[in-house]
Amino acid sequence: MRDASPAKTYALHIVVIALLFALNFVLPDYHQGLFARIMALAVFAMGYNLLFGYVGLLSLGHAMFFSAGLYGAGLTVYHLGWGVPEAFLAGIVSGALLALAIGLLALRTSGVAFMIVTMMFAQVFYLLILYFAAWTGGDQGLVIQQASRAIAIGGVSLDLTNPTVRYMGALALFSVVLLITLAIVRSRFGRVLVAIRENEERTKMLGYDTVTSKLIAVITSGAICAASGAAYALLFGYVGSNFASIQYSILPLLWVLLGGAATTLGPLIGTLFMYYVTDITSGFTSAYLLIVGVALILLVLFAPKGIMGSIRERWLGWLP
Amino acid sequence: MADKNGFFDLSKKSLSRRTALKGMAAGAGLALAPGFVRYSQAQSSAPIKIGFQSHRTGIGAAYGRWYEKTSAAAVKAINDAGGINGRKVELVIEDDGTDPARGAEVVNKFAKQHKTDIVFGTLFSHVVIGSAPAAGENKIPYFVVSEGHHVASTKLNRYVFQPGITDVKSQIQSMAPWIAANAGKKVTQIFPDFAFGYDHRDYLPPALKAQGANVIAQIAIPPTESSFTKYFPQIPAETEVIYHVMVGPAVLTFVKELGEFYGSQRPQLFGFMDSLEAVDINSPGLEFLDGSHFWEGSPRYAQPDDSAAQKAYRAAVGIDDNGAAVGDPKDISTASHMFGCWETLYVVKKAMEDAGYKGPEDRAKLVEATEALKEFAEGPEHPQGPKTFNGKIHQCFGIQNISKVEGGKLKVVHKTKIEDGLYEPEGDYTTQAL
Repeated sequence: MRDASPAKTYALHIVVIALLFALNFVLPDYHQGLFARIMALAVFAMGYNLLFGYVGLLSLGHAMFFSAGLYGAGLTVYHLGWGVPEAFLAGIVSGALLALAIGLLALRTSGVAFMIVTMMFAQVFYLLILYFAAWTGGDQGLVIQQASRAIAIGGVSLDLTNPTVRYMGALALFSVVLLITLAIVRSRFGRVLVAIRENEERTKMLGYDTVTSKLIAVITSGAICAASGAAYALLFGYVGSNFASIQYSILPLLWVLLGGAATTLGPLIGTLFMYYVTDITSGFTSAYLLIVGVALILLVLFAPKGIMGSIRERWLGWLP
Repeated sequence: MADKNGFFDLSKKSLSRRTALKGMAAGAGLALAPGFVRYSQAQSSAPIKIGFQSHRTGIGAAYGRWYEKTSAAAVKAINDAGGINGRKVELVIEDDGTDPARGAEVVNKFAKQHKTDIVFGTLFSHVVIGSAPAAGENKIPYFVVSEGHHVASTKLNRYVFQPGITDVKSQIQSMAPWIAANAGKKVTQIFPDFAFGYDHRDYLPPALKAQGANVIAQIAIPPTESSFTKYFPQIPAETEVIYHVMVGPAVLTFVKELGEFYGSQRPQLFGFMDSLEAVDINSPGLEFLDGSHFWEGSPRYAQPDDSAAQKAYRAAVGIDDNGAAVGDPKDISTASHMFGCWETLYVVKKAMEDAGYKGPEDRAKLVEATEALKEFAEGPEHPQGPKTFNGKIHQCFGIQNISKVEGGKLKVVHKTKIEDGLYEPEGDYTTQAL
C-alpha cells in the first residue's frame, strides 16, 4: 500500500457515502430495498474483513457473531419489549462478549485449526438456538412486529419499516462502520494487525503484544458483525436460526474475497456484486448458483485479489 | 492462508486492461438489465398477476416443483373458465431458494418490481415467517400453502392468509380420536428436534388426553443424527402406538433401523405423510411400514370412492392413480400438500370477485373480502373436501385422511370431520390496521 494523504483517502470514502445517499432518491423502489439489505450485510462483511483481510485470521464461524447481534436485538424486543436503540445496543454487546469468550479460546490456535475451532463454536451456537426453541423460535424463527420497530426521537417517531427510513438507517450504520474501519486500518494499531498478518513472529520480536492485538481485533470484528445482525433484525423484522448456519459463515468470506480482502470498500463491492448476480440470474434460470460459482472461479483465476484488490494493484495503489 | 510471498495471491497472473474493460462492460450490462426497468401499472384489462414464491432450489425443491405444476394447472383451469373478474391470471414465478432472507426479497420484488397483485405459494415455515414482515410492510396480500400453525397463531400480520390447507395443530388434533379408538391408548412419540417436531410434541398430548389416551414417552431426535438405533431402547415396553414424524433424507434409515429393532413384533405405527412426500412408498427399506397408518392431506393414491372433482383435479395436475407424474412413475408427487395451491387460487378468485378487485389499490378490500369468507363447498374448486374459514385467524379448517399401507399402496381408511380439527382462536388479525 502506497501512502496517500489522509484527505484524499477520507474524501474517497465520503464520496462513496454521498453516492449511496443520493442513490436513495434515484433507485427504483425494489432496488432501494435491496440496497438497504446490502448495506446492512456489507457491515457484516466489513467486520469479517477486519479479521480476515487485515489480521489474516480465517474464521469459518462468523455467523455466530452476526446472529448474536440478531438474537441479542431481536429477543430483547420480542420478549422484553425493549425499544430499538436499547435492543440495538444489546445486540452489539452480545456480539462483543461472545467474541471475547471465543477469542480467548480460539486464538490459542492458528491457521486451519482456527478455522475448525471457529466453525465448531458456530455450530454449537446454531444448535443452541435450536435447543432453546421455546425462546428463539428455533428453525422457524420469530417475527418482530412492525409496531416494535420504531424509534421515538423527541416526539418524532421514525418507522424502520418505511423504505426511506430503513435505507437511511442502513446507510448510517454502514457509514459509521466504514469510517471506523478506515480509522482502524490507518492507525498504528491497524499497522500492527497487518504486521501480524505478514509475519507474526517478527512482530512479536519487535516488541508488540500480538495476542492482545488479535483479541482486540476479534472483539471489534465480532461487535461489527453483531451490529449488522442487530440492524438486520430491527430493519427487516425477522430473526431466524438460518442466519446462524454455516452458510452465513461462508457468505461474508465470499463477499470479502470477491470485493477484495484487506480493502475498506471491498466488502461493499463484493456484497453488492453477489446480491445482484443472484438477483438477476435467478430471473433466467434456477441454476443461478452455478452462475455465481462460475463468477467466483473466474474471479479467483483472473482477479485473485478481488475487485478492489485488483484495482489497487493495477491503478490506485493508495487505496486503503 | 497468509504466505510469506504475498497475501491472497492465489495466482501471479495480473489483470490485463482488456480483462478489466470486459469486467466493467459486464458490470454496466448488469446495471442496465431488465431488473432496473420501471414497470407500468397494470391496466384493468391486463392480466391479474400473481407472484408465486417457489422453492425451486434448496431443501424444498421437490415441493416447489409440484407446487408449480399444481398452480399452473389451477391457473389454466381458471383462465379456461374466463379468468377472474373477466381478466386472465398470470403467474410470475421467483425462486426463494427455500431461504427466509431470499424469501423476503422475493416478496419485495413481487410488490415493487413485478407489481404483482398478490403473493402466493411456498411451504416451508421459516420462509413464510421470514417473508411475512415484507408482505405486511408492502401491504400486499400473501396467500401461503404452508400448513404451519404460524398463520393461525396470529403472530404474523393481517396480510398473511392460509385458506387452502389446514394447519398442523388442527391436523394433529383431528388424528387423536382415531388413534385412541383404533391404534392404542399408550403412545410414544418420535420426532425431529426442531420446530416441525415441536408442533407434534406440544399439540398431540392434550388432544390424546381428551380421548382417554396418553403420550407415555417423547423422544426428540437431533437434526444432525443419521442413525437412530440408540434411541429405540428409550421406547417404553408397554407402548401400543409409535407416533413418528421424522422428515428429510434420514427417514429411510429411520424406518429401516426401526424395522431391525422390532422385527415382526412391533407396536402400531402412525406417521405423517410429510415424512414421505415425493418418496416412493415402495422404496427399499420401507417394507416395515406395511400395515401402518399415515395422515394424508389429500390421498396420494386414487381411491375407489374418489369424487368426480378429485378425479378431474388429478387429471388436470397430471398425476396417475399411484400419485406419480403421468408418464413418469418414479416422479412421486407431494399430493398431501399441493392440493392447497389449487384450492388457494380458487379462494383468491372468490375473494377478488367478492371485492370487485381491480388493481393494487384494492388490496385492502381484498384482505377484507378474504376475511369475510366462511365456507368452501367440496367440488371442482375444492377437490380435497369441504372447508370452513376463520377470517379472524386467516386459517381454513377441513377434513383429514387416515390411510393404511396395504400391498404397497395407501388406502384411505378414515376421514375426519371438520369439527375434529377446530380449536379456540389465539388472536384476531382483524383488529390490526390495514
